[in-house]
Amino acid sequence: MKLYCLSGHPTLPCNVLKFKSTTIMLDCGLDTTSVLNFLPLPLVHSPRLSKLPGWISKDGTINLEKELKDCAGRVFVDSQPEFCLPERELLDLSTIDVILISNYHCMMALPYITEHTGFTGTVYATEPTLQIGRLLMEEVVNFMERVPKAQSATCWKNKEIQRMLPGPLKDAVDVWTWKRCYSMQEVNSALSKVQLVGYSQKVELFGAVQVSPLSSGYSLGSSNWIIQSHHEKVSYVSGSSLLTTHPQPMDQSSLKNSDVLILTGLTQMPTANPDGMLGEFCSNLAMTIRAGGNVLVPCYSSGVIYDLLECLYQFIESASLGTTPFYFISPVANSSLEFSQIFAEWLCHNKQTKVYLPEPPFPHAELIQTNKLKHYPSIHGDFSSEFRQPCVVFTGHPSLRFGDVVHFMELWGKSSLNTIIFTEPDFSYLDALAPYQPLAMKCVYCPIDTRLNFHQVSKLLKEVQPLHVVCPEQYTQPPLTQSHRSDLMLELQPPPMPYRRCSVLNLPFRRRYERVYILPELANSLVPSEIKPGVSVATVSAVVHSKDNKHTLQHGITEVKVEETADGHILHLQAEDTLIQLEEDGTHIVCDNNEPLRTTLRDLVLRFLQKL
Amino acid sequence: IGKITGCVFPLQGAGQDVGRSCILVSIGGKNIMLDCGMHMGYNDDRRFPDFSYITQNGRLTDFLDCVIISHFHLDHCGALPYMSEMVGYDGPIYMTHPTKAICPILLEDFRKITVDKKGETNFFTSQMIKDCMKKVVPLNLHQTVQVDDELEIKAYYAGHVLGAAMVHIKVGSESVVYTVSVNKYAKSHISAWIDKCRPDILISESTYATTIRDSKRCRERDFLKKVHETIERGGKVLIPVFALGRAQELCILLETFWERMNLKAPIYFSTGLTEKANHYYKLFITWTNQKIRKTFVQRNMFEFKHIKAFDRSYADNPGPMVVFATPGMLHAGQSLQIFKKWAGNEKNMVIMPGYCVQGTIGHKILNGQRKLEMEGRATLDVKLQVEYMSFSAHADAKGIMQLIRMAEPRNMLLVHGEAVKMEFLKGKIEQEFSIDCYMPANGETATVTTNPSVPVDISLNLLKREMALGGPLPDPKKPRTMHGTLIMKENSLKLVSSEQALKELGLNEHQLRFTCRVQLQDPHSDPDTLHRIYTHLKSVLKGYTIQHLPDGTVMVESIVIKVSSSAEDTNAKVLLLSWSYQGGEYFFTALCIVKRLMYQ
Repeated sequence: MKLYCLSGHPTLPCNVLKFKSTTIMLDCGLDTTSVLNFLPLPLVHSPRLSKLPGWISKDGTINLEKELKDCAGRVFVDSQPEFCLPERELLDLSTIDVILISNYHCMMALPYITEHTGFTGTVYATEPTLQIGRLLMEEVVNFMERVPKAQSATCWKNKEIQRMLPGPLKDAVDVWTWKRCYSMQEVNSALSKVQLVGYSQKVELFGAVQVSPLSSGYSLGSSNWIIQSHHEKVSYVSGSSLLTTHPQPMDQSSLKNSDVLILTGLTQMPTANPDGMLGEFCSNLAMTIRAGGNVLVPCYSSGVIYDLLECLYQFIESASLGTTPFYFISPVANSSLEFSQIFAEWLCHNKQTKVYLPEPPFPHAELIQTNKLKHYPSIHGDFSSEFRQPCVVFTGHPSLRFGDVVHFMELWGKSSLNTIIFTEPDFSYLDALAPYQPLAMKCVYCPIDTRLNFHQVSKLLKEVQPLHVVCPEQYTQPPLTQSHRSDLMLELQPPPMPYRRCSVLNLPFRRRYERVYILPELANSLVPSEIKPGVSVATVSAVVHSKDNKHTLQHGITEVKVEETADGHILHLQAEDTLIQLEEDGTHIVCDNNEPLRTTLRDLVLRFLQKL
Repeated sequence: IGKITGCVFPLQGAGQDVGRSCILVSIGGKNIMLDCGMHMGYNDDRRFPDFSYITQNGRLTDFLDCVIISHFHLDHCGALPYMSEMVGYDGPIYMTHPTKAICPILLEDFRKITVDKKGETNFFTSQMIKDCMKKVVPLNLHQTVQVDDELEIKAYYAGHVLGAAMVHIKVGSESVVYTVSVNKYAKSHISAWIDKCRPDILISESTYATTIRDSKRCRERDFLKKVHETIERGGKVLIPVFALGRAQELCILLETFWERMNLKAPIYFSTGLTEKANHYYKLFITWTNQKIRKTFVQRNMFEFKHIKAFDRSYADNPGPMVVFATPGMLHAGQSLQIFKKWAGNEKNMVIMPGYCVQGTIGHKILNGQRKLEMEGRATLDVKLQVEYMSFSAHADAKGIMQLIRMAEPRNMLLVHGEAVKMEFLKGKIEQEFSIDCYMPANGETATVTTNPSVPVDISLNLLKREMALGGPLPDPKKPRTMHGTLIMKENSLKLVSSEQALKELGLNEHQLRFTCRVQLQDPHSDPDTLHRIYTHLKSVLKGYTIQHLPDGTVMVESIVIKVSSSAEDTNAKVLLLSWSYQGGEYFFTALCIVKRLMYQ
């Protein structure tokens, strides 16, 4: 059993597990942090961004002024932003049988895998994961296609040249694997390969392996996966949460008794408490509005935004923000808000109870009804005429490189009255802000990451007791910036097996048993004898049939093939490789040196002849 | 091992009868109650299933492992509070989320009509409904729910009404599928229909067993045409419905028709449930068909423009109108009141969109009765037109046949239908699929013998050894014989090699040896004879281990050969060949060779 690690990003994993005779891809995460090296894509013409000086190396030998631009003291690539794909050379991806998706953030690389590698398998995901994943992909595609950029910069990727570039471009890894965004057509084709599954549904793969998603408590429809046969069990833990937010709580007990537990998707902000961050978010928001400024919240269009809106719903009145307009701008804003209301089965108990009443589970329905929250597909159209300030705007993309957020950065960045509040933990906010410097607007960093922290995960592991743990190498040492914090790493006995991009791990497995089925006729003929109290034995001599990875045991000669010939019949005893040719005037028995069988057959034939 | 386990079905009110469903299944030692319905046609004890079949006295908890409710219609869940709170059952009750949401509302509604309006006593209370619902565990589609270590259930989309489910019940390798009503349009739902799960028994309702209904489109067109014609001639249309289910689909149909034809006649929907009902449909939209789900973000189909809430006084308004009123069988309530008002005018029309139970006015008028006896000896002349539209999504023959093709059951069991119709379907099933088809009457038990194979854990060493003998790849056409020992200990079955079994059980192997004496004449000395045999065997039997041991024996694999001569005649030699049971195969070869040598 082997694990191929195709992504080095601990929260956007992409691993391939070879288990028994199956090849299973676990998640399909797309590392989007690469876009931070690119210039923002403005929605309306930006004089500032269009007049940036091109980059020429100090000694003047390398001239990349068309591809690279100097902006706010850093060098950025002037091209459509590109993403860092999972490794595609480590193994033949066309051999993948199935892809298991754990949550909608971990499927963004799906079109690259399913459309361009000869993949012919099936993708398994829950319904909310599929629907919201589709929205997130649609959003990114829309962001990119709205502001097409003809140029695709490639010269800078040349190894010799990249070496000469200033950081962080110089240190960017695997730049040749970086790819532009997919098209909507590719998204649709990729998603048409998804087969929906429900929590605790048992899905059989080729009769050899059973996979089953478990609630992971992180987002709508998010799951961990159990991959097991009758005697081996692998648990795959991806983004999971023990906090009570909107999704169904995490199913922990089903992870028990695993031989191997693959642990990914822990919190990226181990020192930030989500509740505290939420409080800080609200107070900063209120403070800015009261001072007459605007608040910009760069965010994904699904996920934490539901919790932010719920929090604001309770907060608005008490903070007398009742008249402040809240805007949610995204090509999928409406869909995201509507979809969140129809997944009752996937919600926490409190929200389910509301649906039984029947009331919408999320209070943002009421915010929309009372006109406190308005949503628009983009800043163009209705929004431009209805927009009032001061206001709060939720919009994407959190990298600040594309989407409507770019416009608001240009619009509000110069006033110190305004505030930008970062809530998504995926991007370093300083890097995200780099091309906009110098900024007058206030910056507040309240990353809300509800995924498991090290304390929670060690408690969980103590509880479920896996024999071995596999995790990204980042989890086996404290973060670089806090090297003294030994509590910010996994300490386990036996120590976890670390992986990094391109690792191939041999998983320690000792398979000792396999399941066979004794057919009823054979079972009835067995003669058990009790040799000790409570222990009986029976000897079994039987034929093993193996089909679709299922083994059955049955009686001796079972397969006889009869063939009609011109003069009679030919019986083929397949198991014994014996031919009996029956004709009117003769019988011919052809068999290997098997004396007892020959004798038995001879006696049988003689007996029948005598009868005649 | 190899014990034959039966599946038993004491049926309660679900046999050859339409009205209330309640089935008891015994499978692999587990007892499961499927549905717990109430009969709409009765007002006395007969309306509830007879639980004394299960136990004469005491609570049902000890006798049932779980209860599963397929959908929210009262003929499938109406007796639930009675069963759990009045007879007594504390175990789990499974139903889907929409059913769990809607079921208590219908029960409460039903209770109000029975107790508050009709003044009946000995009926369950509001509190009992609440307590009963606390025992409900919601089911998600396709989720495998482990009721206990052995019993697991899995729900499939059935598409009958909002939240309706088929259930697959499995104990070990035995299984049963129960479905109320499959609707062949279920396939339009995104969650694919049932797996090829090959249950031992498929239990299906057969309400519409004989009808092979024409296409849904045709029926819809027909319905719209009839409504339209009546409206055009200034008549009123009454459509008795149950608040949830078909009603919403018909509303969508009329709403779009009105929009398209630009019609002005008012459409009303009675009872306070309306808005709530539509809200349920909106929130549980994932349970509706794909067309509705696809467009729901742009336009929610359940937000109607033309359909307004009904007020009692509207029934007397002049001019054409369409009214959806509850209940669906015209047995009480608003639909009956409106019917009485409109029955005398032949311009009006009543459309019955579903099945009507015997004893209800709906049933009577569908059977052509034109004079109805009402309370207080009054008679009512029925002059309005009566139309029947089989919109109710109960299983029809085609649907059941399709389901059998999908699930490939080993036996079929029909319930919830009229005997004659079931007989027809039974014949059809037995003929087409050559499987046994049962149709037990109420209170009758159908026993189906299953023949499960026995799962055993085989040691990988043993399996691999067998695999290796059969070549590098398992070849299904060339099965291999395997010898092993089955150890039965504390409910576990392990199949291991004989050696391992002996080791594990701390037993000594029993040695079985054979020795054979061969007389021959040879002038050489004993050691020379032995040596001649040794060199000969060595030259003939290539590839076998042959040893000449210092103690004066030759070993061919496990066969020991010794030579001795008699004291009297040194030429007369006795050859002793000794082998163990396992070495038997080689023995004959060795013996032949030795004999041949001696004849030379």
